[in-house]
Amino acid sequence: MPFQKTQGDYQTRMTLETFSFLPPMSQDEIYDQISYVIAQGWTPAIEHSHPSQAMDFYWTMWKLPFFGEQDLANVVAELEACHRAYPDHHVRLLGYDNYTQSQGLAFVVFEGRG
Amino acid sequence: MSVKTYDAGVKEYRQMYWTPDYVPLDTDLLACFKCTGQPGVPREEVAAAVAAESSTGTWSTVWSELLTDLEYYKGRAYRIEDVPGDSESFYAFIAYPIDLFEEGSVVNVLTSLVGNVFGFKALRHLRLEDIRFPIAYIKTCGGPPAGIQLERDRLNKYGRPMLGATIKPKLGLSAKNYGRAVYECLRGGLDMTKDDENVNSQPFMRWRDRFEFVGEAIQKAQAETGERKGHYLNVTAATPEEMYKRAEFAKEVGSPIIMHDFLTGGFTANTGLANWCRENGMLLHIHRAMHAVIDRHPKHGIHFRVLAKCLRLSGGDHLHTGTVVGKLEGDRQSTLGFVDQLRESFVPEDRSRGVFFDQDWGSMPGVFAVASGGIHVWHMPALVTIFGDDSMLQFGGGTQGHPWGNAAGAAANRVALEASVKARNEGREIEKEARDILTAAAKHSPELAIAMETWKEIKFEFDTVDKLDVGR
Repeated sequence: MPFQKTQGDYQTRMTLETFSFLPPMSQDEIYDQISYVIAQGWTPAIEHSHPSQAMDFYWTMWKLPFFGEQDLANVVAELEACHRAYPDHHVRLLGYDNYTQSQGLAFVVFEGRG
Repeated sequence: MSVKTYDAGVKEYRQMYWTPDYVPLDTDLLACFKCTGQPGVPREEVAAAVAAESSTGTWSTVWSELLTDLEYYKGRAYRIEDVPGDSESFYAFIAYPIDLFEEGSVVNVLTSLVGNVFGFKALRHLRLEDIRFPIAYIKTCGGPPAGIQLERDRLNKYGRPMLGATIKPKLGLSAKNYGRAVYECLRGGLDMTKDDENVNSQPFMRWRDRFEFVGEAIQKAQAETGERKGHYLNVTAATPEEMYKRAEFAKEVGSPIIMHDFLTGGFTANTGLANWCRENGMLLHIHRAMHAVIDRHPKHGIHFRVLAKCLRLSGGDHLHTGTVVGKLEGDRQSTLGFVDQLRESFVPEDRSRGVFFDQDWGSMPGVFAVASGGIHVWHMPALVTIFGDDSMLQFGGGTQGHPWGNAAGAAANRVALEASVKARNEGREIEKEARDILTAAAKHSPELAIAMETWKEIKFEFDTVDKLDVGR
């Protein structure tokens, strides 16, 4: 077989950092990640952005971070509310780590159609 | 103060420098040496000699000693311990008053602690195992130009280790072909690529040409992927002046990061470059060529945990630490011991990791641990477990050796990394379940499936030469 026939063509993709090389997560998988954020003692938060501005550091905050939140269902309900309000936007979940003053996790849950 | 008289001649070191009742001060710099004396020399005398020769002492009494208060300035050997499993060596613990060292200068600290004393005839071998830097001294050092938290914020990378690769072949590519290799890695999903340490400015590829082509590779990959990218442009050069010139140009072409070899370049050059990076908003990647010459012999030299601590004080945002699992030497517990020293704000004494002192780092920023050398996708779950999120995992051959080329190799590594992190967050034991996790991830990634097939048999299983001291 000619050498070239054994090769695939890797096409460059627009990606959205952590977990964007994996298939879209199921609802259960998203629950697991939120649960991890809460178990680490981090504060979940939601942000959204039009895809054309996805490289900006600051996305728009969806309400305030979930300080003290222990119930996954509340976080999921707000993620969905954000997605309904901004169907064209990317919606991401973050976990604020106040010890490192950084984010322990950040990943896009809904990709905008934008 | 008592009035002393001058008594010329040679005194035993232990009369003045062996002080077993001494309680170290919080401001003292403490050191642990592994000493192997010449036969017949008592341990206390060896320990005291090391304390003396690395601080105020010389072989003969001198009259000018009486013009100062040597009781205040001298180093003191204050404890001796057996080395587990080794009857000919022992640990000597020495306390140095902070005023022996110039502020903000690891150069000065090392010149004293590992200076003449290492050639001392009464010793067969000497190894500096650990230093406890007092927080008062740490506060005088600049440290990492950015640190872990700021680097994550600048690059927008959260919740996972970063991915990199050293561009290969390490020598011989033209500047344009080299930039191609960089671009392919970055577009495929790596966060950063790296100049090999040997790449400075050789006839086949002068530094300025490399920087220009790599600059375009970074910008193009960033625009096409929507992710922030970088390439450690190696500015290590023959003179500091030349390094600053190259650093300025690296900034001009839009790289967020430059690179330096801290041992061959030296701590003075390193500290200067770290200061430049801090003032210019650039990150600093640190390679460690020559370290194994200094740190590999179990009885002589300087343990890498000391070099790592010194680097954190001198300044660097990334430091190579070995991989534990790859082609280069590295004991797991010992590696974890110095990785903590790079990243944590407090590290407690833990002999099982070779950590001899509590070390308080205060507010000094952390350094990313870099794992590089002979690693590939099969190692990914182990690497994520060993090094955690605050690390840079570098797959050189493991990216560019992919049958489809660099971009596909990069994507394979990125998929393997994200699958490992996701599974870890789900509470799975990813080292044990490595095969299942990677196999499941490969179902969605032909690039990963091929990488797993390519490297399925490659292992590097040799015994470690420099082991931690444990009874056998």
